[in-house]
Amino acid sequence: MKWTAIGNIDDIPPRGARCVATPQGRIGVFRTADDRVFAIEDHCPHRGGPLSQGIVHGTSVTCPLHNWVISLETGEALGADEGSVRTIPLKVEDGRLLIALEAVGAAAA
Amino acid sequence: MTEKLVIIGNGMAPGRMLEHLFEAEPGRYAVTIFNAEPRVNYDRIMLSPVLSGEKSYEEIVIHGDGWYIDNGITLYKGHRIVAIDRRAKTVTSDHGVTEPYDRLVIATGSVPFVIPVPGHDLPGVLSYRDLDDVNAMMLAAQSRETAVVIGGGLLGLEAAAGLKARGMDVTVLHLMPTLMERQLDPAAGYLLQKAVEERGIKVITKAETRAILGEDKVSGVELADGTVVPATLVVMAIGIRPNAALAKDAGLEVNRGIVVDEGMATSDPAILALGECAEVGGRVYGLVAPLYEMARVAAARLAGDAKAGFVHAETPTKLKVTGIDLYSLGDFADGDDREEIVLRDATAGIYKRLVLKDNRLIGTVLFGETGDGAWFNDLTRKKVDISDMRDTLIFGQAFQGGAPMDPLAAVAALPDDAEICGCNGVCKSRIVGAITSKGLTSLDDVRAHTKASASCGTCTGLVEQLMSLTLGDAYNPAAVQPMCGCTELGHDDVRRLIKAKKLKSIPAVMQELEWKTSCGCAKCRPALNYYLVADWPDEYADDYQSRFVNERVHANIQKDGTYSVVPRMWGGVTSSRELRAIADVVDRFQIPTVKVTGGQRIDMLGIRKEDLPAVWADLGKAGFVSGHAYAKGLRTVKTCVGSDWCRFGTQDSTGLGIRIEKFMWGSWTPAKVKMAVSGCPRNCAEATCKDVGVVCVDSGYEIHFAGAAGLDIKGTEVLGQVKTEDEALEHIVALTQMYREQARYLERIYKWAKRIGYDEIRRQIMEDADKRKAFYDRFVFSQKFAQVDPWSERVSGKDKHEFRPMAAVGFKEAAE
Repeated sequence: MKWTAIGNIDDIPPRGARCVATPQGRIGVFRTADDRVFAIEDHCPHRGGPLSQGIVHGTSVTCPLHNWVISLETGEALGADEGSVRTIPLKVEDGRLLIALEAVGAAAA
Repeated sequence: MTEKLVIIGNGMAPGRMLEHLFEAEPGRYAVTIFNAEPRVNYDRIMLSPVLSGEKSYEEIVIHGDGWYIDNGITLYKGHRIVAIDRRAKTVTSDHGVTEPYDRLVIATGSVPFVIPVPGHDLPGVLSYRDLDDVNAMMLAAQSRETAVVIGGGLLGLEAAAGLKARGMDVTVLHLMPTLMERQLDPAAGYLLQKAVEERGIKVITKAETRAILGEDKVSGVELADGTVVPATLVVMAIGIRPNAALAKDAGLEVNRGIVVDEGMATSDPAILALGECAEVGGRVYGLVAPLYEMARVAAARLAGDAKAGFVHAETPTKLKVTGIDLYSLGDFADGDDREEIVLRDATAGIYKRLVLKDNRLIGTVLFGETGDGAWFNDLTRKKVDISDMRDTLIFGQAFQGGAPMDPLAAVAALPDDAEICGCNGVCKSRIVGAITSKGLTSLDDVRAHTKASASCGTCTGLVEQLMSLTLGDAYNPAAVQPMCGCTELGHDDVRRLIKAKKLKSIPAVMQELEWKTSCGCAKCRPALNYYLVADWPDEYADDYQSRFVNERVHANIQKDGTYSVVPRMWGGVTSSRELRAIADVVDRFQIPTVKVTGGQRIDMLGIRKEDLPAVWADLGKAGFVSGHAYAKGLRTVKTCVGSDWCRFGTQDSTGLGIRIEKFMWGSWTPAKVKMAVSGCPRNCAEATCKDVGVVCVDSGYEIHFAGAAGLDIKGTEVLGQVKTEDEALEHIVALTQMYREQARYLERIYKWAKRIGYDEIRRQIMEDADKRKAFYDRFVFSQKFAQVDPWSERVSGKDKHEFRPMAAVGFKEAAE
């Protein structure tokens, strides 16, 4: 797997998110209150809302458009809603964030 | 292959039919609905509580848009079917849509009778049938003038009570000698008239309408005896007739209604009819219970059950006017073969009459105390021989067996098959069964699973008693609605404890109040953040990660993820310089849409998030600051031109509006706050539907509050009148601060004010000068920290991370 650097964990506020632009669309990168990080497609399965702009709580994010709650761990919609987004492999090395870019291509294909 | 099922009409009967059908045969039919009304299926029985203000439209929706999507239904809203072609098996709407069908269901409902007297078509003459009528009545009621309701039946009396609750002076005209003569005997009709009159509604019986008077709009009603009753609104509620015209044009057999057999089939076997438009066994129906029974039968037939058949049953009548208890069932005419038992208690306003035939109960009228209705209904349905309990029958179920029972014991004593919810035909054992087998603990759950108490709601008390009987102590009806799933505490408790325990951060609140989740959710976090901002303005560090994205990036997110930007335009006044600056920004950033808002300012839509700081920088150079169009905070202060220009203006409304806006901008509030100042009672700034409004008069300033013109429409309440601009500002600021300190997050002023009481607010703001001053001072203190333009902060680099991607990867290098 080829890892691509996207920045540092400190670029993201705790309980917050940033996005990463790729040719296949945006990826949301999330940091939880306990400093775990996750990457998922930045595209809510409901109406395509930008998940990286939602409120992050626990290991979930609430979409800013219609309040769907998406698990950052599995990419699945929680509660009564059904749908999912692709999760993207992400690792932290000395605070540096790296993602597996080819998985992004697979997600969009 | 799926069969095509087309339904004409989207009322409660076809809605219920589809629920049954989808349960029995999911996926068998592709369903298309044509609804002449431009909306989804809602509970028409609850229109009266909407009119009186006790419920909102949203609360009475049965099937939201999502239900139609989830079930793959094509719903044509606002399409009236104009023709059925039975040979080609198609229907055609007035908008030209033609749809083929395999099975067709006609559910066109009923149309109101209109007395064809002169003037019946004047503006201001309404019927009472659907939400449009209710909305029109609510608008008319804002004038607080005089209304006449023609018809003293169920609908007419509910309309009268609703209009009275909306502040109108109401007279009911009834042709017959006593009210509701078809459901009540004369004695009960008389008691009802007294009860209605005690509520301040005038009643004229034996009133024959000769003409409706008026030139351009209605001005009064003239009776056959020459009496003229003045009115600015006339509501005709004298009855309904089945709407069978379309079926008749299509050549189906039509009598009073569309004639159907016991399986709801019309004279064309491919076509069914149900609801108020259908005539079965020579009868037409207007109450919900038999209509739902038709829905059950029609669904069973469509699902292939050839045995399902409609059987007539008597349905009790109940009046939905808060404070008047009335119940009537069956046949209560006098007759030689009948006996009656009557109980009167004039002081308590109670009247009960039971009509017996061959020792069996056939008719019941209860007024003032209706608790035994379900029991009498049960005796009537089962044709129980009452000889043994005849002496005490009228005292109700509680007296049978010697000792009086408490209400719970009475419910416990009801047989398992006793009908609890008449509208939906739900018996006791089904409710108890659902509670135990599904582990239901709340009234909403029981409604969702059994439909009991989900229509007119008059059996809610019985259902709650059944719940406490079944669940014991586990059922606590008075339990406070928790803020969200993260806590058991309600909003009011959380606000109180934040102050009492001096909690000054979100983690402190969650720790001390024992939150069940590690860091809350998207419901509680923004609420807590607001409470802390409002309570500790100087000490609390605003937690942006707990704000909704709009308040985090200070713009409004749109459906495609772009943003809209609305700069402040103080009091709605602008200049050539400002307009030129906006034009330049629009050109420079190629902003696709520029729109004038309802709050007298300009909205630029479709701006990319990355461009926001640059857009604000340009706007800032022209002197613009954020309009907070995205905030739970002060939005606009709308004004008219007032005494500066208008020949009617009494005060400088523009100046006062600008002064209020400059004083109050930047403040966070529980929900958005919109204000307006009108320069005279002509009220061009529409101040009487705002959260806070001012209507200027010669002698000073009339301050209004608690209006609404969104989800709900509600005219304002008058707070009081003051003489000077300074006083007006102080009162408005104090009122807003009281709201900031007491309301629940997302609760608009009108809902908060209704909850705590208009008089209480008047007492604290108008009468208690010390309190008012204290509220005012706390607002002023809080503004020291709140009045910072968020746009210029971000132009200077604050929260940079919000506005650009952290990286762009995978793109080919431009040089290659």
